[in-house]
Amino acid sequence: MAFDEMHGRGRSRRCRTPYRAMATWLDGQTSEQLTARRQQAEALFHRTGITFAVYGAEEAEERLIPFDIIPRVLSAAEWRRLAAGIEQRVRALNAFMYDIYHRQEILRAGRVPADIVIQNAAFLPEMLNVDPPRGIYSHIIGVDLVRTAENEFFVLEDNTRTPSGVSYMLENRETMMHMAPDLFSRNRVAPVEQYPEELRATLESVAPAGLDRDPVIVVLTPGEHNSAYFEHSFLADRMGVELVEAHDLVSTETGVMMKTTQGLRRVDVVYRRIDDSFLDPLAFRPDSVIGVPGLFEHYRAGRVTIVNAPGSGIADDKSIYTYVPEIIEFYTGRPSILKNVLTWRCRRPDDLAYVLEHLPELVVKEVHGSGGYGMLIGPTSSRTQIEAFRAKIVADPARYIAQPTLELSTCPTVTDEGVAPRHVDLRPFVLLGDRMRLTPGGLTRVALKKGSLVVNSSQGGGTKDTWVLED
Amino acid sequence: MLGRTANDLFWMARYMERAENMARLLEVGHRLSLLPHEDGGQEWRSTLQSAGCEAGYIASHDTFETRAVVDYLLFDKSNPSSVYCCLSTARRNGRAQRTAITREMWESLNGAWIEFSRSATENVSSDALPALFDRIRDRSALFRGALLNTILRNDTFYFTQLGTFVERADNTARILDVKYYVLLPQNELVGGGLDSAQWAAMLRSVSAHRSFRWVYRDAFKPWHIADFLILNPQMPRSLHSCYAEIMQALSGLSRSYGLETSCQALAGTMLSRLKMLDMPGIFQAGLHEFLRDFISDNSRLAYEIAAAYHFND
Repeated sequence: MAFDEMHGRGRSRRCRTPYRAMATWLDGQTSEQLTARRQQAEALFHRTGITFAVYGAEEAEERLIPFDIIPRVLSAAEWRRLAAGIEQRVRALNAFMYDIYHRQEILRAGRVPADIVIQNAAFLPEMLNVDPPRGIYSHIIGVDLVRTAENEFFVLEDNTRTPSGVSYMLENRETMMHMAPDLFSRNRVAPVEQYPEELRATLESVAPAGLDRDPVIVVLTPGEHNSAYFEHSFLADRMGVELVEAHDLVSTETGVMMKTTQGLRRVDVVYRRIDDSFLDPLAFRPDSVIGVPGLFEHYRAGRVTIVNAPGSGIADDKSIYTYVPEIIEFYTGRPSILKNVLTWRCRRPDDLAYVLEHLPELVVKEVHGSGGYGMLIGPTSSRTQIEAFRAKIVADPARYIAQPTLELSTCPTVTDEGVAPRHVDLRPFVLLGDRMRLTPGGLTRVALKKGSLVVNSSQGGGTKDTWVLED
Repeated sequence: MLGRTANDLFWMARYMERAENMARLLEVGHRLSLLPHEDGGQEWRSTLQSAGCEAGYIASHDTFETRAVVDYLLFDKSNPSSVYCCLSTARRNGRAQRTAITREMWESLNGAWIEFSRSATENVSSDALPALFDRIRDRSALFRGALLNTILRNDTFYFTQLGTFVERADNTARILDVKYYVLLPQNELVGGGLDSAQWAAMLRSVSAHRSFRWVYRDAFKPWHIADFLILNPQMPRSLHSCYAEIMQALSGLSRSYGLETSCQALAGTMLSRLKMLDMPGIFQAGLHEFLRDFISDNSRLAYEIAAAYHFND
């Protein structure tokens, strides 16, 4: 039986401390009232236009990511324990990236197989010996966590490239405050609204050295047809910086320039929400129409800063994930505070044998996949699906890793049958610049279908407001 | 501000204004079609001309039957000036520039779009049309209200104003030009030969039917109508008023940017002319010629604005 964040485990149905005030409030709501609040929240989201485009739909429709009105609550103490582990992880991953793009000590020491790094598509040889400002590669990181017991959290994966979801974290909080202000008078909830300022401060802190004016920051988006476009424009707006597309920028001798109504203006920091390979057709994929020719050269010369740095994807690759505990120990000299999920690497014969024998119990993922696609969830798959997947694994074992099916914790959620438990995960957001800034809580994703473990929004998952209570 | 942003704001405003004007034109045309008449088709043809949609309509239609014209101007996706396309484009531009516009402005664009696209999928019955025209105008008023009440008076505001008033000037001039013969003094001399319904219709097209009476107390004279809609600075849709607003916006931009461009000079010239001319002078030079030249100069100004402020570099 799953660990429920409100009631704990087992039959006692005792209410856990962080949820006490919430439980009282919920008890006082009729199901009509809950439905009314749910509709009110939906209307608010529609009005604001917080939609995203769904890939694979005929006419890329605009859909809402479903929002559940019952927040997920963490106590201050629970959060402090997580925060320490997250901060350790973020520092170690950045140290790893600095190392592999310079002396590669960890590879020489044999702690990580060289081929996993060097032959990885996310490893950019063009970044060798480039020195990013403050030695930071990944300034904005989302660490996906799952919980299986009162004090048992696991890192599911690291997102060091272009993690998204921050705008939902912020809008979820705004919606909750608008819709259920009485809840906030009964709970001391740590604010999250400072995130855009903190993001801006982080970006300013990594501007090229020697500027005699305030740094000019832009958010570089592929455009309105990108599924996360809302977030790009949201963050640009909240930070008070321009949202640009590739054709708004041009590379000149002096640097990267923005085309304004008053002529060209120099840009200092580019917060890019575009994959590495599409960033610059002169340096990477020549067929990219969403990149800026010459951007990468200016970056290497230190005339502009790119956040997150090109080549930072190497740290969030699933094959590297299995070595992160090693990585943390190597660079910090300490064991990792947060645990990885037990993972079998199919590229190793022993692991492969185990995996093939236990497919119905395991979750198998593509090393280079994302968004919950290309996975096998053993326990909920049919024999035919399992056999089909087996064939894929056997054809190319190095492409896959497997993990036991974790019973993710559940949270009370408004469903068609009333308030019921649904599985959740957690994505806290970390910023690293002149200092590390961790926003309390983050994004809780919830699998809305009963019993489902798939929380990804692109596959029908929803989100909840996440609360960290203050002491 | 990005050149592209200025471009999007300018066109967002133009398309919202166009949608409102289309609703007004349709309302007038629809009302006229309800009165006893001989050749209803001719009226609708004039409406299509005023809207600049005649060629597109003729390419795909054989008759000028009321419902066909109304549907073409309201819902047809292949007509870039249909209300559907105007609201869709305005909203899309607003969405592309969400960081520049206020929340209230966005919500008015989005709200107008959501409501109208729902009507587009339902089968709107003929007796529901007047209410639909009203709602389009209401939504446009909401947008203008949000704009005037919430936006900072900076370049965002000025580019948006320019879009609104360049479009409004164009629309008013076209409405006048299509029926210019109705406004000529010789009609009055001939003894008020033409149906006063025509004059009333023209005034309704620019929401001036009742206000006209407050300004010109004596009997309906066609050249008063021309004066009202071209030269009178009290009338908010007159060419003079539009250019006063355009000049204000352009002055605002040159103050903001500390830079004068060819636009300020061109608009200044057009405004001076509108201030100094009188109707006898315009009739002498030819009303039709005056309007044609005005429409052309207005387009040229739009083009100059785009060039001076790097809309499409």
